[in-house]
Amino acid sequence: MQRALFGCALIGFTNGVLSAFIVLRRLALMADAMAHSLLPGVAVALILFGLAPGNLFFGALVAALLVGLGVQIISGSSRIKEDTSLGLLFACSFSLGLVLLSLSPAQVNVTHYLFGNILGLSDSDLWIIYLIGFIVLPTLVAFQRPLLLMMFEPSVAASQGVLVRLLNYLLMGLLVLSMISSLQAVGVVLALGMLIAPAATIYLCSDSFAAMFWGGGILGMIGSCLGLLVSYWLNLPSGACIVLVLGVIFLLAYLLSPKYGVLSKFLRRRHLHEESLARWEEQSAISSRAPNASEEK
Amino acid sequence: MTTHHLEIKDLTVAYQRVPAVHHISLDLHCGHCIALLGPNGAGKTTFFKALVGLVPKETGEVSFGGHGKVGADKDIAYLPQRSVIDWDFPVTVRGMVEMGRYMRIGNWGRFGKADDDAVDLALRTMDLADLADRQISALSGGQQQRAFLARSLAQDAHVFLLDEPFTGLDKTAQDLLGQAIRKLASAGNLVIASHHDLKSVPELFDQVIFLNGELIAFGDTLEVFNEENTARTYRTHIFSGMHEHHSELARST
Repeated sequence: MQRALFGCALIGFTNGVLSAFIVLRRLALMADAMAHSLLPGVAVALILFGLAPGNLFFGALVAALLVGLGVQIISGSSRIKEDTSLGLLFACSFSLGLVLLSLSPAQVNVTHYLFGNILGLSDSDLWIIYLIGFIVLPTLVAFQRPLLLMMFEPSVAASQGVLVRLLNYLLMGLLVLSMISSLQAVGVVLALGMLIAPAATIYLCSDSFAAMFWGGGILGMIGSCLGLLVSYWLNLPSGACIVLVLGVIFLLAYLLSPKYGVLSKFLRRRHLHEESLARWEEQSAISSRAPNASEEK
Repeated sequence: MTTHHLEIKDLTVAYQRVPAVHHISLDLHCGHCIALLGPNGAGKTTFFKALVGLVPKETGEVSFGGHGKVGADKDIAYLPQRSVIDWDFPVTVRGMVEMGRYMRIGNWGRFGKADDDAVDLALRTMDLADLADRQISALSGGQQQRAFLARSLAQDAHVFLLDEPFTGLDKTAQDLLGQAIRKLASAGNLVIASHHDLKSVPELFDQVIFLNGELIAFGDTLEVFNEENTARTYRTHIFSGMHEHHSELARST
């Protein structure tokens, strides 16, 4: 349990920090597709090399890169647009993964990869999570400035000498890495939740990019640990609980964020209305008094 | 007046062998506000993008202050149309202006006192000091445009390329922005803005470029901004048959 909590905190933090970039760069669909395309890689690695986390890791990496490349090739060489080729490829590769897993000689529990099982975290799993965290976080911090310029406006960034295309690939690479690390915790299907919810929540509460960056990480960490504890106490599936907790936090921000919350906006609008009503009444009182005042003179 | 100038020699930009702007030669001097006029599809945006190296040049050279330019440069700042920016981006006016300093200090340089001062100065010059802590969507159109100018100013740019900065501004905002760009020009910078409202050209700009695929005319507003050039720019079809001619030339060589 302690090991699971530790892993959860690190995965939550890494994914949370990265989520700022996913949300602002509008990569949510891309990230979803990538996550699903990890499955055939896992399956092939399982069949060819057996059930060792290192193998699964490389299988997933290769699969995600192939799908990413395939999307670029199909959308670049035909009239099919990027979102279409993305949707097509990820559905196909996900299906391929399911078929391969059912054909695999070793009896594996498919749900383990679909929805994660953080309590089954082994030592080598934890090592991979560490490794990925130590690659992703420093890279993001180091390239924070050019990434920020690129996300704000790619063409202006390019005109300032930022290597936009290269940074995009870098971001994709980091995305795949951190998704692989969350494979164990929440699985292929739910990985997206950890990669979007934290930054989306902060986005509703703050106008600072730094807050989104670090706050996303901290929120991801807290949410993941909380989710794990809830799943432990209530004996519920861990991945689903983690994503649900993050979702509930997002919902709170959506409703109650002081600046951009729907409910607080609604309350404030009423307040504004009262203000203008008061002003109107005041004005009409003055104008109705005005003729009297002139009569008195 | 400074002697800096932006020299464009025989610039041609093509998308898949079809030229968007061709054979443009211009010698533009700092200290001027220049209007870039031409109908939709005349290649105004392409022209700007070629100057900052966002699209590859087919032929020609661009140089500023005497040394050759091969692409992105901190002396030339490109300001895109307001509509392409995501104004909900989580950044304040000040944060946005600070981004202009990033290319001066690099990816890992420390953001020091000098940088803070440059940001302050840019904000004051563009009359945005009071609004520095606002999120950028809480600005009016003219203020947003000035915030972008402040960002380029913090970058220490000398050439400002503005893509339709006056679109959608009311009279007051237009006057303020006009003042802002004249201020930049009189400080020795070169301002080029693509523009659609012909009526306001004389009060906003002191020089005019007429562009429609090729260069129609360039000169002081008082001299070249007349019926004849306007008609030639706006009434002729794009490329006016010249396109065929040029692609034949391209094939024969």
